[in-house]
Amino acid sequence: MSRIARRFAELKAEGRGALMPFIEAYDPDPATSMALLRGLPGAGADLIELGVPFTDPMADGPTVQGAGQRALKAGGSLAGALAMVRDFRREDEDTPIVLMGYLNPILAYGIDRFCLDASSSGVDGLIVVDLPPEEADELAIPARAQLLDMIRLVAPTTDEARLPKVLAGTSGFIYYVAITGVTGTHSAAKDTLATAIPRVRKFTDLPIAIGFGVRTPQQAAEAVQVADGAVVASALIDTLARSLDEQGRAKPDTVRKVLDQVRDLAEAVRGARVAA
Amino acid sequence: MNKPLPNTLRQGPDGRGRFGQFGGRYVAETLMPVIQEVEKAYNEARNDPAFMAEWRRLLKDYVGRPSPLWLCERLTEHLGGAKVYFKREELNHTGAHKINAVLGQIMLAKRMGKPRIIAETGAGQHGVATATACALFGLKCVVYMGATDVERQQPNVFRMKLLGAEVIPVTSGAGTLKDSMNEAMRDWVANVADTYYCIGTVAGPAPFPQMVRDFQCVIGEETKQQILLAEGRLPDALVCAVGGGSSAMGLFHPFLDDADVAIYGVEAAGRGIDTGEHAAAIAGGQPGVLHGNRTYLLQDAHGQIQEAHSISAGLDYPGIGPEHSWLHEIGRVNYVSVTDQEALDAFQLCSRLEGIIPALESAHGLAHVLKLAPTMDKDKIIVLNLSGRGDKDIFTVARHLGETL
Repeated sequence: MSRIARRFAELKAEGRGALMPFIEAYDPDPATSMALLRGLPGAGADLIELGVPFTDPMADGPTVQGAGQRALKAGGSLAGALAMVRDFRREDEDTPIVLMGYLNPILAYGIDRFCLDASSSGVDGLIVVDLPPEEADELAIPARAQLLDMIRLVAPTTDEARLPKVLAGTSGFIYYVAITGVTGTHSAAKDTLATAIPRVRKFTDLPIAIGFGVRTPQQAAEAVQVADGAVVASALIDTLARSLDEQGRAKPDTVRKVLDQVRDLAEAVRGARVAA
Repeated sequence: MNKPLPNTLRQGPDGRGRFGQFGGRYVAETLMPVIQEVEKAYNEARNDPAFMAEWRRLLKDYVGRPSPLWLCERLTEHLGGAKVYFKREELNHTGAHKINAVLGQIMLAKRMGKPRIIAETGAGQHGVATATACALFGLKCVVYMGATDVERQQPNVFRMKLLGAEVIPVTSGAGTLKDSMNEAMRDWVANVADTYYCIGTVAGPAPFPQMVRDFQCVIGEETKQQILLAEGRLPDALVCAVGGGSSAMGLFHPFLDDADVAIYGVEAAGRGIDTGEHAAAIAGGQPGVLHGNRTYLLQDAHGQIQEAHSISAGLDYPGIGPEHSWLHEIGRVNYVSVTDQEALDAFQLCSRLEGIIPALESAHGLAHVLKLAPTMDKDKIIVLNLSGRGDKDIFTVARHLGETL
């Protein structure tokens, strides 16, 4: 059983949903980013999404764009993100890590070499934003051979005719994009999600995580009441960005501030089903 | 998939929107359904005689087509080699070739029931053309333009505003065409229900490279008829500047199967390919994926996209249309490059010898003609696509010549 499947099975047994924080590798510098990554499981992260910086993140709003720019300035790359996962795995064998990013850095790295290195570094799944199922084979086939889960995005615009095609090659979990829009802009209404998630559920037994616009503990709690996981990205990156000094450098309390916020989110996620 | 039919190079793209290994549809899931909707609507429209007749009517009575094919006698004499003709796309309404494809796309948007149009623009020519068509059709128009380009293309910014468009300066990245395309994509993701993205070049996710090409092919089709009438034969060489490459593809495509016609696409070498400050995706790039398609891109070893540089805002883009990448790989089109300085020199020469102030984009094409024509016999013929007029560039050129306006 893969690390992702095992984690969702455990959470199901506990009767609760997953908190999945997102951080951008190398934002704002390698050491701070690594300290955040190491601290996330202790703060209550059930799975972790690690963003791979890219110059042209077309699905991201200003917050994640800013994270990417800081990360690139700090020397961030796909190779750097893989190295972070390797370091993380020396201490944590259980928390699943999903790399999230865009296709071109993977192409430049070399698809086969990437899948091999990602797998041996301890990466569990891939979310490649600009790789729809129609184009996915060249990455999905070698990724599957290395037992990496290919996690697909399902959007509000993905209709029922298209859903089976999107779900066909998906493994690990489904990432439901809650809004039509880029990251960090607005949030979906609770009622909208309450209709949208069961519609996807009809077509799959995989866990469903909700992302895009999940910012507050309350929104995270609402997300796991209808779905199996909540992804929080921009809200955490905003906290990180606000904690930096004028030169954009981390301050001594940067890591603590972000992890405190993860704790609040985790508490809400863990209490959600009980309260419901 | 890499094998074109033996008797034609005009068959592409395949069912997956690919030209050889290039092209495709690399977009976020949110956009996939609308992109498929655009493709379906376009395939219906282009097979609808009424749609095509209306487009042809607009080209004739609104744009002023056919654009003339002009024999440049003084330039030809000056160069002392092949006869040089200009395909005068700069005489089109709005001053460039962009309007050809914009009218087709805006008609399509209207047919699809999308009341809001977005566009990206570099030099501002595509933005002006889109704003113009939106005014004509009564549609809301939002143009994304890099902040750097807003600065260096002020006249076009004001034109767009006069035409009723909202111009949004883009500050991310270097504030040029690449960044405005990112921002337009983000807008489309957020407003996919009521918005049509009018892409200005033969790039982006399928079906855009094909659709923009098909509309721009009017340039090459007219050229073919006009040169047969004037000379009784096809030209020996075609030349056009290439940024994304819509003007070039429009001229080249109808001639791809005419093996005796040599074809030259001219990339912007900026301060020189060796300096790294250029916009020559084929000469200085590698295949990769950006803005929805696989094509040659300026990028570093980690797959990060590099900023392009060109004196011409319309060529200042780190990629090139996927069909150009394919034509390069199969060797049908020769991609060459021309520096900022060579383009500036050609710009001035054209103004003085032919009384035509060319766009800096077109001046890149002309600069290659200046090299090519003297190497060819006097009975040979070159056609240059003079894709746009240079009024918008006079401030940039003045600055480079040390003059204040």
